[in-house]
Amino acid sequence: MTAIALRGVTVALGGRTVVEGVDAAVASGEWLALIGPNGAGKTTLLRAIAGLVPFEGEIELDGRSVRLLGRGELARLLALVPQEPSTPPWMTVAEYVLLGRTPHLGILAAEGRRDREAAAEALARLDLVGYEGRRLATLSGGEKQRAVVARALAQEARIVLLDEPTASLDIGHGQQALELLDALRLESGLTLVAAMHDLTLAAQYADRMLLLDGGRLVAEGRPEDVLTAERIAARYEAAVEVVQVGGSVAVVPRRGARASASDAADAGV
Amino acid sequence: MGAVAAGSAAAVRARGLSPLVAAGACVFLLAALAIGVVVGPVELGLGGVLESAAARLRLPGATTPLSPTEEAILWEIRVPRVVLAALVGAMLALAGATYQGVFRNPLADPYLLGVAAGAGLGATLAIAYLPDGLRGQRALPAAAFVGGLVAVLLTYAVGRSARRERDAATLVLAGVTVAAFFTAWQTFVQQQNAETLQQVYAWILGNIPSTGWGDVLLVLPYVAVAAAVVLALRRVVDVLTLGDEEAASLGVHVGRVRLALVVAATLGTAAAVAVTGLIGFVGIIVPHAIRLLTGVGYRALLPLSMLVGAGFLVLADVAARSLLAPAEIPLGVVTAFLGAPFFAIVLRSTRVGP
Repeated sequence: MTAIALRGVTVALGGRTVVEGVDAAVASGEWLALIGPNGAGKTTLLRAIAGLVPFEGEIELDGRSVRLLGRGELARLLALVPQEPSTPPWMTVAEYVLLGRTPHLGILAAEGRRDREAAAEALARLDLVGYEGRRLATLSGGEKQRAVVARALAQEARIVLLDEPTASLDIGHGQQALELLDALRLESGLTLVAAMHDLTLAAQYADRMLLLDGGRLVAEGRPEDVLTAERIAARYEAAVEVVQVGGSVAVVPRRGARASASDAADAGV
Repeated sequence: MGAVAAGSAAAVRARGLSPLVAAGACVFLLAALAIGVVVGPVELGLGGVLESAAARLRLPGATTPLSPTEEAILWEIRVPRVVLAALVGAMLALAGATYQGVFRNPLADPYLLGVAAGAGLGATLAIAYLPDGLRGQRALPAAAFVGGLVAVLLTYAVGRSARRERDAATLVLAGVTVAAFFTAWQTFVQQQNAETLQQVYAWILGNIPSTGWGDVLLVLPYVAVAAAVVLALRRVVDVLTLGDEEAASLGVHVGRVRLALVVAATLGTAAAVAVTGLIGFVGIIVPHAIRLLTGVGYRALLPLSMLVGAGFLVLADVAARSLLAPAEIPLGVVTAFLGAPFFAIVLRSTRVGP
């Protein structure tokens, strides 16, 4: 079943076309990685799917056009974890995770028992039991990231969009975060769409990849098919080797053979 | 999993109004009201006041120990003045806390969008140009109220005409622009009518009038509506602190909610300002002091701000009318003069950020 369908999605921001004519489908329960160099349009595409920027074309979630979904309805179907979420320092972890219940509450309502249970379950699954009363200001980067994911889980949406979920995490915490997301996906049948810069991690966790460049979809498929040294050289202007490591491909940067002639000149090669 | 969830759900609570803090705020307000009613040129005594109140409520066996003159002083002058100070203090503190949340700006105060400048211009025009007969009791507040609302409407219009995303920062900039324009206009009118300078100046520094229940009834409906709207939406204010985009991705209609909150806070502020002039500092100091002392989020901060703001302004008014009695010190001077040192102590003695 198709969780997300994109047809000819075009987004213009401030008169500049940032995403152009993207067609893609994400199957229910799938992990899709959005990759591409800085400015490729990954974040903008995620924001369009989340209904936060106007777009042309069609975006459907579970077969329903996002244009016809109300704000609350959309937020019950889909949760967005931004790259730099705001974490008000005075807020406690419990309060923060409970904010995820907003789309399930009337505008004037307070959280009920059902909401507290959903938040408690999200906290338990992110190993944050005992953190309920801690202020966000006192959390480490990794703990904060878990609180943000817990808030998204408390939203009880079947689709979770993640913008650079490992950007602020070290290699260990990044790995743990992705393992956790994968486990949550398998347990609850979540559909994950994650914009990712680390191509090796993306290859290890994603079922499929979309490679964006200049707002256009330039490659699509399984990680081992999308990630070739030539393509990465062309799109990222990076010199890399793609190697097989434990059943997955890894992208390893290489020195001394810059892809771009001007860079090579700068480097004095 | 179910057992785990059920077991720990009790720990997953947003800090609402903790009974202890709420009780403390209520005690503070009641004490302030008592002081406000008892202190004055005519000593009434708390016991006498309570007995008189019991008699008014027709409690069995209660008779007032006060003379008819004292009764009149108590019920026609002092109580309405204290109630008015409480209403205005509650409104200004609530509006300040609301603006701080809605605009995610700790320095926001109720006058952020130009209410003060507009009301100031309206009052100045009324004082300078209306004939003495018309100027009386009702024309000045009406002119100030209309001026305040016109300024905020203009702020919204300017903010909307900026064809960028209608974010909170644009609106704040528009407010600064409109306030500058209205203030310049007001200064010009003032300079042209130098003989009214003192009257305008006295209005700008604020005072609680001793004019009986009329002003209370004028302000009450606005404060009631503003408080009802803001308190009903207080959970959403916490969501708004995540920023427009995250609040929207949680299903909140950010534009609509912000408009409802700003309209409520602005109407209440304009009504308060119209009757009492510009009383500064309450809207900033009260919410921040509560935040620093308790660390709570907006859902608790908003009701607490009303209670503490009410008590604070009642006490400030007591100081304003009794420190140099029979002369009155402008209330805006007192709020800052007492408020600033108090706030400095709070800042020094706490480590919790706003």
